[in-house]
Amino acid sequence: MIYLTRKAEFSASHRYHNPEFSPEENRRIFGKCNNPHGHGHNYSLEVTVKGEVDARSGFVVDLKELKEVLNREVIEVFDHRFLNKEVPEFAHAIPTTENVAIAIWQRLEGKLEGARLHRVRVYETPDLFVDFYGEE
Amino acid sequence: MRAHLTRRYRFSASHRLHNPALGDAENLRTYGKCSNPHGHGHNYGLAVTVAGQVDPRTGMVCNLADLDAFVERRVLEVFGHEHLNELPQFAGLVPTTENLARVLHRLFAEEFRAAEVEDVQIEETSLNSFAFAGEKEIRK
Repeated sequence: MIYLTRKAEFSASHRYHNPEFSPEENRRIFGKCNNPHGHGHNYSLEVTVKGEVDARSGFVVDLKELKEVLNREVIEVFDHRFLNKEVPEFAHAIPTTENVAIAIWQRLEGKLEGARLHRVRVYETPDLFVDFYGEE
Repeated sequence: MRAHLTRRYRFSASHRLHNPALGDAENLRTYGKCSNPHGHGHNYGLAVTVAGQVDPRTGMVCNLADLDAFVERRVLEVFGHEHLNELPQFAGLVPTTENLARVLHRLFAEEFRAAEVEDVQIEETSLNSFAFAGEKEIRK
């Protein structure tokens, strides 16, 4: 089994707010991340896929295709967007790094020819990242 | 949905690798420059990975404010700018980064209640890093 990782970057804004909580609870739980107009990050994404090496091509996955799928499914949807309002997954789910990683996994799952998703890693900042391995 | 969240921190400290049960020649042979009598320091990088179900109400595995507050109070304030050999955590224990990783892992396992800490990773320098997950294997 070979593991292959491709990186991508996007910049987006978000706000942590649960309308079921009172304003005080939102402020207590989410702190500054609850500021009403949102704030942004330069996100960095690492997608790791795994599979056997194809004898003819020498590839696990065609990197060009992986790049195109990443661009179409993730970057074009997330980049320079306010996640809460512009990405449908976050109409109800809070766009935490955890939920961003899960949403990206779900967008990529089943769309890669010849390889299986192993891990989605999303960096919100260089000092904070989340790994998602699918249903465990 | 189970997710794994990693947060990085930094602190600086000094240490000396020296085992009083060994003679000077044996210490020098085992630890080399790290056994120099007055110690030396590093900028340590600490990464803590917590894992668990994502709470549907908050979208979080662990509230970062809880993790940051714990690390600030129990790690950075305790170990930062200290000589590790002088701390009670290293009484009778050589403060190698292996042992530092075990000390910190035990601290989280026993006292951090907001989430399950899966592993701790420590960079001693940009060329050396250590990871400890207790009895578990570390997932690639």
